[in-house]
Amino acid sequence: MKISSLFSSSGEWARDGGPHHQIVISSRVRLARNLRGHPFPGWAKKNDRLQILELIKPQVEALPEMEDALSSYLQELSALEKQALVERHLISREHAAKGAGSAVVVDQKQALSIMINEEDHLRMQVLLPGLQLRNAFKALDKVDTTLETKLDYAFHPHLGYLTACPTNVGTGMRASAMVHLPGLVLSDQINPVIQAINKIGLAVRGLYGEGTEAMGNLFQISNQITLGEPEEEIISQLNKVIEKIIENEENARQVLLQKKPGTLLDNIGRGFGILSHAYAMTSKEALNLLSFLKLGVDIGFFPPDRQKDIDDLFVITQPAHLQSIASQPKLDPEGRDTLRAQIIREKLRAFPNPDTSKVVLPSPPTGETHHE
Amino acid sequence: MVCDVCKANQATVFLTQIVEGKMQKVNLCESCSKEKGVTDPLSFALVDLLPGLGAEQPVEKGAPLPRCPSCGFTQADFKKTGRLGCPVCYDTFAEGLGGLLKAMHRRTTHAGKIPARLKRSIEMGARVKQLKRDLDKAVLEENYENAANLRDQLRELEQTK
Repeated sequence: MKISSLFSSSGEWARDGGPHHQIVISSRVRLARNLRGHPFPGWAKKNDRLQILELIKPQVEALPEMEDALSSYLQELSALEKQALVERHLISREHAAKGAGSAVVVDQKQALSIMINEEDHLRMQVLLPGLQLRNAFKALDKVDTTLETKLDYAFHPHLGYLTACPTNVGTGMRASAMVHLPGLVLSDQINPVIQAINKIGLAVRGLYGEGTEAMGNLFQISNQITLGEPEEEIISQLNKVIEKIIENEENARQVLLQKKPGTLLDNIGRGFGILSHAYAMTSKEALNLLSFLKLGVDIGFFPPDRQKDIDDLFVITQPAHLQSIASQPKLDPEGRDTLRAQIIREKLRAFPNPDTSKVVLPSPPTGETHHE
Repeated sequence: MVCDVCKANQATVFLTQIVEGKMQKVNLCESCSKEKGVTDPLSFALVDLLPGLGAEQPVEKGAPLPRCPSCGFTQADFKKTGRLGCPVCYDTFAEGLGGLLKAMHRRTTHAGKIPARLKRSIEMGARVKQLKRDLDKAVLEENYENAANLRDQLRELEQTK
């Protein structure tokens, strides 16, 4: 597969929503692995890194899951292509900064992605739509079990899988869910919720992981502990917490609709108004307003078949994706803001006017949730 | 005063930290301080913030620090990067890492997946250890019948290794 065909099709997770997709955008599990007898990438000399890369890459490409995959050395990718892979969450920002000595392999469905010589020799992830942490883990565990017969992993009888950073040692596993929580943000409940999540040893981060800002009411929730608990237990605990958050978010939305329907509809209506008529739009403003539009679909303000347009806009309004569809070779930030506004206006032209009669006013929340 | 990180904005956050008797100062603007997560001065080290700053300070005096026999990594390198050099570093720096791992993960022994190729030998190693412990106990308690039994089991296990 060529990188151009990767960008012309959306990833599996953007195409179909998956379980609980109104609140859980995506689920991701990643495993960190290293080879015995070789320095970690950050400490390895360039020759070591090249040698490690040539040991690993053919084995990754030979995986049955990687048939017709995109496989590329980092130096073969342009800055724009790397950035677009980051925007699709297929490589990390750290990996995008790498050059010769590193590689990335992405399967055709854009669900499985394997980075070679990131912080560890191998960083493999499965990314699925909606709440599917168990499925993501199962799929990735299978890949790992195949690779361990071909590669000599660094494994310690007491410490488990050895990783460059001691925060990953043990299982080498980080599982996370990307959740959309406008109800908790609008009702000022998000901070206590984040604090409660932190207290039980889970991390809450922004859209692009560590050290990034929360935009568009999107939050990434992940396990922090990797040593001393089996993988299945970590996944199942995270899953329980996410289910609880879904419940909290649904309750918050119902309370808002009950008590402050005017404020809620005003936020969505204004978002729609600005997005439909603006001529310059930063990516941050776009994300924040698109979040309200998504909420509008969830509560019936817009018809459900508009969900796809909004999900597309979340991806194509990111800087590198925008540049890839621009006619000009290199857009400056103002040029991007103009093009972004134009694309959003065109997409929203097909939107019907918001219909308050379709908004389902719920019965008072009972504390129990019912998921469809 | 200009921000030390972006070198563009006016610095509004001034940090001073004393590490190993050396004073370090960093000036940050509002947005860089947020980006670096500088809200609680106890939760991070300036060295992590500006790599190179800590590195210029002489770290060791007197006794030479342990160096990883496999990759040449030292404790000072770990302080600088927060990453280890190679898998063997986990044994080289086991003493110092113990407390760190406990603080990070609460537990210190892996309880998850084991590569199939190592599974048998690791499980057998654990079984041998347990039998040896039981044997010592049996001898101490003068329970010789049990001890003989355990000794036979141990012998059998070590032969199949």
